[in-house]
Amino acid sequence: MNKIPGYRRYQPATQPNHLHPTYVSSLKRAPLQPMVYLPHTLSEITVPMFERDTVDVKACDLTQQHSGEPLGERIIVSGRVLDEDSRPVAHTLIEIWQANAAGRYLHSNDQHNAPLDPNFTGCGLALTDPEGRYRFVTIRPGEYPWGNHHNAWRPAHIHFSLFGPAFATRLVTQMYFPGDPLIPFDPIFNCTEDEKARNRLISVFDWETTIPSEALGFRFDIVLSGRESTPMETHTHGEKR
Amino acid sequence: MSLQATTWQTVGPFFRIGFSWLYRDNLARPGVLGERVEIAGRILDGDDKPVPDGIIEIWQANSQGKYAHPDDLQGKPTEPGFTGYGRVPTDDAGRFRFATIKPGRVPGPDGKLQAPHLAISVFTRGLLRRLVTRIYFPDEPSNAEDFALNLVEPARRATLIAKKIAGRTGELEWEIKLQGERETVFFDV
Repeated sequence: MNKIPGYRRYQPATQPNHLHPTYVSSLKRAPLQPMVYLPHTLSEITVPMFERDTVDVKACDLTQQHSGEPLGERIIVSGRVLDEDSRPVAHTLIEIWQANAAGRYLHSNDQHNAPLDPNFTGCGLALTDPEGRYRFVTIRPGEYPWGNHHNAWRPAHIHFSLFGPAFATRLVTQMYFPGDPLIPFDPIFNCTEDEKARNRLISVFDWETTIPSEALGFRFDIVLSGRESTPMETHTHGEKR
Repeated sequence: MSLQATTWQTVGPFFRIGFSWLYRDNLARPGVLGERVEIAGRILDGDDKPVPDGIIEIWQANSQGKYAHPDDLQGKPTEPGFTGYGRVPTDDAGRFRFATIKPGRVPGPDGKLQAPHLAISVFTRGLLRRLVTRIYFPDEPSNAEDFALNLVEPARRATLIAKKIAGRTGELEWEIKLQGERETVFFDV
């Protein structure tokens, strides 16, 4: 018998709808039928666990993965992973990926006419510490053009993927940079109706993590769904309530 | 509740850079208990075109119906070397394939055991959030009483059940149709 609560659902308007016509790629891929509400069971409150030894300590420094240093502006991206009750999410896996300083991804489908950097892959991994903290050293990604509409450019961004404590708390998002003039025009950034919610995707310049003569710091805190306060009713067959 | 959950954004077309280190299309190494099964299929869009820039994640219990996670408090054994996690990208034809074992039954919310199932997350360029679905097994009598299948209107349940392939034991076919006719059932979790 499990007496463990499920996880909270998202607040309306704080998440994108699946269909967002100005993001053209969603037109033929967004489901049109309503989602079927699924109460959380053991399948949704559990998740793969990743041990320290699965993640190379150097994986959180994207500037040290090759023989030479990548081109571009070195930055520190750090923050905390919390749940909606402000509790740290410890020991959870964060995966990041990004374009290089010229706005080019190390990917065969990226045909943007900008140079690849032999010293930059653009993949980072980290596990949060007991306080939910993480820290990456990387270079500031470039903006780049894409085919969504005439003269479309993505603002500079870093992709983040997190597992959190449960299948239900999985999150993939993108972090943006403060003051980027492309943000107001970006259909992906703007797909979320709630302005405060989408603005939380913009990192904050951070003196505290800025290293003198070395790198600017940007802070990006991430919030995952919190637990329901009452336990879900998961009883094996035959047990009394 | 003091904070609000962070907003989702699409994985975009270049997720391989961040995800490929953890690609895993064989969830059960030799020696892991359970009935071996290979599941293959395609991700198709609303025009029935294959989705070559998609990826699925698999999460499942072991053959005893036990998840390798501390919040599974059932008094059943976990199995060394079996995490129950897989991550498989689609190829240029939108195809994916993975090998695993059929999971055991785990408890549901209504006091009954659920039918054996895999929890699936689907990510593609164009999807602003992941889609969550499940794979159930054919010829499984417990499907009829499964609480999640019974939440779905009967005409759409078949989209959640993998199909047998004539003459090929241990291989199943399961298609993900993102939109339109035969649209796969996706769950709000």
